[in-house]
Amino acid sequence: MKVVIIGNGMVGYKFCEKLTAKAPGRFQVTIFAEETRPAYDRVHLSEYFAGKTADDLSLAGTDWYQSRQVTLHLADPVQQIDRANKTVRSYSGIIEPYDFLIIATGSAAFVPSIPGVEKEGVFIYRTIEDLEMISAWARKVTTGAVIGGGLLGLEAAKALLDLGISQPHVIEFAPRLMPRQIDEAGSQLLCAKLEALGLVVHTSTNTAAILGNEHITGLQFADGTVLDTEMLVISAGIKPRDELARQCGLATGPRGGIVVNEQLQTSDPSIFAIGECALYKDMIYGLVAPGYEMAEVVATRLTGGEKYFTGFDMSTKLKLIGVDVASFGDPFISAPEARTVVFEDKLKGIYKRINVSADGKYLLGGILVGEAASYNMLLQTVKNKVLLPPNPEDLVLGARGGSADNNAGVAGLPDDAIICSCESITKGAICKAVEDGCENVDAVKKCTKAGTGCGGCAPMLKDLVAHTMKTQGKYVRNVLCEHFNYSRQELFDLVKIHQLKTFDEVLDKLGQGDGCELCKPPIASILASLWNEMILAKGNDTAQDSNDRFLANIQKGGTYSVVPRIPGGEITPEKLIIIGQIARKYNLYTKITGGQRIDMFGAHLVDLPHIWSELIAAGFESGHAYGKALRTVKSCVGSTWCRFGLHDSVSFAIRIEERYRGLRAPHKIKAAVSGCIRECAEAQSKDFGIIATEKGWNLYVCGNGGSKPQHAKLLATDIDEETCIKYIDRFLMFYIKTADPLTRTATWLNKMEGGIDYLRNVVVHDSLGIGEQLEAAMQDLVDNYKCEWKEAIENPEIRKRFTHFVNAPEEKDPTVVFEPMREQKRAREWK
Amino acid sequence: MTEEKVIHWFPACYVKDVPENGGVCVKYNTEQIALFWFTRRGEWYATQNECPHRNQMALSRGIIGTYQNEPKVACPFHKKTFSLVTGKCLSGDDCGNIKTYPVKVEGEVVYIGVEAVKEEQRERNEEY
Ligand code: SRM
Ligand SMILES: Cc1cc2nc3c(=O)[nH]c(=O)nc-3n(C[C@H](O)[C@H](O)[C@H](O)COP(=O)(O)OP(=O)(O)OC[C@H]3O[C@@H](n4cnc5c(N)ncnc54)[C@H](O)[C@@H]3O)c2cc1C
Ligand code: SF4
Ligand code: FES
Repeated sequence: MKVVIIGNGMVGYKFCEKLTAKAPGRFQVTIFAEETRPAYDRVHLSEYFAGKTADDLSLAGTDWYQSRQVTLHLADPVQQIDRANKTVRSYSGIIEPYDFLIIATGSAAFVPSIPGVEKEGVFIYRTIEDLEMISAWARKVTTGAVIGGGLLGLEAAKALLDLGISQPHVIEFAPRLMPRQIDEAGSQLLCAKLEALGLVVHTSTNTAAILGNEHITGLQFADGTVLDTEMLVISAGIKPRDELARQCGLATGPRGGIVVNEQLQTSDPSIFAIGECALYKDMIYGLVAPGYEMAEVVATRLTGGEKYFTGFDMSTKLKLIGVDVASFGDPFISAPEARTVVFEDKLKGIYKRINVSADGKYLLGGILVGEAASYNMLLQTVKNKVLLPPNPEDLVLGARGGSADNNAGVAGLPDDAIICSCESITKGAICKAVEDGCENVDAVKKCTKAGTGCGGCAPMLKDLVAHTMKTQGKYVRNVLCEHFNYSRQELFDLVKIHQLKTFDEVLDKLGQGDGCELCKPPIASILASLWNEMILAKGNDTAQDSNDRFLANIQKGGTYSVVPRIPGGEITPEKLIIIGQIARKYNLYTKITGGQRIDMFGAHLVDLPHIWSELIAAGFESGHAYGKALRTVKSCVGSTWCRFGLHDSVSFAIRIEERYRGLRAPHKIKAAVSGCIRECAEAQSKDFGIIATEKGWNLYVCGNGGSKPQHAKLLATDIDEETCIKYIDRFLMFYIKTADPLTRTATWLNKMEGGIDYLRNVVVHDSLGIGEQLEAAMQDLVDNYKCEWKEAIENPEIRKRFTHFVNAPEEKDPTVVFEPMREQKRAREWK
Repeated sequence: MTEEKVIHWFPACYVKDVPENGGVCVKYNTEQIALFWFTRRGEWYATQNECPHRNQMALSRGIIGTYQNEPKVACPFHKKTFSLVTGKCLSGDDCGNIKTYPVKVEGEVVYIGVEAVKEEQRERNEEY
């Protein structure tokens, strides 16, 4: 049997994969592809701008096709279908007979007929080539615009921003953004968010002409106004590629698309159409998951099975980092068919709408803007017709109690709930895989393929793994890796009891095998937290994360950064001058960091000991910017200068930074001290933060900036400095003793049963009776503190490791290249 | 000229120059080779120093270990892992494989084997 596939896009590829997997060797498969490279991940195309290469995006290399005996003709589009003789003819003249023909030609960008679209500087956004042209052009210009405020247009606008276009304009014809997904209120909030990102949004705006001679200089709108712009990306929608089908007389829709039935058969029974070119019940499915489902239906039928396509859910999530937008089910349905619950917080920028069936039993759909973490759960609730709780408002008012609720969530889904819609993998299949021994997300991905498409279901996979293991009576312990059957907390105690001092001793006594990059750094960190010995001594150096091993953070290109400690952010003019002189001498890029100190970038490995010798001679010490250790204690200027200051926040910040400097922990620790409640030091976003009050200090703990910001919680009020330090000692040692690796204090607290009340009992009321022990352990570390850079430069054995070539120790890595930028230098961009 | 592939062993460094259970970078003409002493297993490995993921000269600074008993190195940049035995990328996302070289130790000296492809090229190499 001969199968010919026209188009090697995402769906054409998926079909080929499924067909050859279901019936190896049974079909002779030939693919004609118009593009020059084999199928790639169009969904993640925008990541091309974030450094992904064409190879990273590739779905399979040419050797994959060979291994499945599939003939792939690249850059050779089919130009004609001869239905009478059952052959196709390609651009290069190949005439290929078929028994079954699969049309998977996808769609093209819809370009409205605006005069001037042919000008240079006007682009569409669909293929890798489009992106290459866009980024080449963007390098030469500073202004840009996008026509289309839908999912794709917004993605394109964000891409322009990332390419250095300042304030790209988004021009939308409809009165709101993402008109097919969200309502007016959601759109208004979204506009505000996008404008904060740096986009300029114009809704209800109709472009009449593209101005310029050879290349674009501006846009003229229907109301006569003009917008100057040097480039334009059009993403106003898609147009199915049905030209071959029309030519050979297959039925097509009035607005395009190849008409198919529920078997994806066209009006010619031996020809099928799948993906974005197929028109099923007057609907084009412009998403990848329905396309994959179509591929599954046809592959099943050709291999003798029975399966039908009966439509597909069009729920989606916008893929812009920092802008959560999602719509699911029927986002717009309203009274009388549905009851709508809306939650809006303009200050925080959150808008949520859910549509509940009139009888209050089922969720029908909804919209999430600003906070879409519950998207997967809500989508599953719609799709599986899960019976709603008595107060459906709870669905949008936020889970109370965090992860416990999520678990209850996955537990409530039926076994046939589709968790991964890209690969259509059910909850049942995932649980089965876990029961059969795939006890972590990676293993589940490998054996079921779930989570390998758009990746949106990954959080649910994680919950499902935990949930299934729990129901099997397996205690979900976060064991480190295959070499240690213990959690970090267990190891911490065992290492202490057995007085183990090196990684090898720990491995011999408590583990098996030879270790790896997952267990070495946490154990090295435990050793450092317990004994506070030089981290590079006793063979522990190669167990450290690479940054710790070289006492510096590796940067693009392989050079390192140098961050001396500047306690509390206070620095003398003399020291500032020294930093300037050293940076000049070693040709380093300098920048003030977000942690109130100065970072010097671009140091060669061989220069590090020289740079640090000079810094140490001038009175500086390591800032531990490379370690899972105390970073900075930020301060505000406080009562010494500030007219509102209640106490001397700078002195207290310095005292604290000097007390805990060098402290190794499961993750980095940051702190701050503010002189009054105006909070200029942002103490409430830190692992611990101190704010002056009329009567003393308030101590807050477990805050976090970063990707999931969380405010710190109040632990104790109006305490004096000594009590404050006592509590911090206990808090930090308790954290170091009990947290999982790479868990910040905020996440640690979120997982702690009893939450802040429990923590307060342990730290303030000493409910476990370990207060003194924790304080003594901390005092021991404080007394043993040494600057590790000082030790490194003074110890010849350690110092000699700071070379690039073992057999040419003076030479620098010749592949390091810098580029000039604003009178300094930068690392060369990597591919 | 014949294209016979002869292994040419060049002296890279002394055993004590290499940290236990870690790596160093060796310069060979214009090549950079990562040399690893897997002390726990009593094994030596050598691979290209360049990580194929973002073409960074960094593998010698990575953490070594095993995955189901297969020796591997993790790149310091994004923790892609590669088999030290076959050079295969073990991170499951096809970021590319790395080249491996044979290693031998004689007395205190570590030798790395490189392919000397052509007669004339070999001579030039030895001049260096
Ligand atoms: C240099 C600096 C940016 C700057 O130019 O200002 C910076 C640079 C890096 N940050 Fe940061 N962060 C810097 C301040 C911050 C801040 C602001 C602050 O500390 O007040 C935050 C948010 C506060 C927080 O952590 O809660 C911050 C949140 C992060 C995170 C997210 C942490 C989280 O819990 O979500 C990471 C990723 C991580 O640690 O896993 C990160 C990781 C990094 C890394 C280490 C990424 C890496 O692995 O290479 C960068 C290292 C550059 C280097 O070699 O020095 N950086 N980073 C800032 C150094 C401060 C300092 O003096 O030490
Ligand atoms: C930037 C971007 C972001 C996206 N994000 C998402 C997302 O987040 N979620 C989502 O679900 N979807 C997303 N999509 C849509 C998704 O990529 C498409 O739904 C999917 O690629 C459709 O697959 P397809 O195979 O039908 O079409 P395509 O992937 O377009 O493939 C069709 C292929 O056929 C070729 N072809 C056409 N005519 C011929 C011919 N005559 N002969 C040979 N070959 C021919 C074309 O060149 C093309 O390579 C996004 C699309 C883009 C462009
Ligand atoms: S936010 Fe931090 S981690 Fe991210 S690029 Fe900036 S410095 Fe690097
Ligand atoms: S450069 Fe090595 S993993 Fe990215």
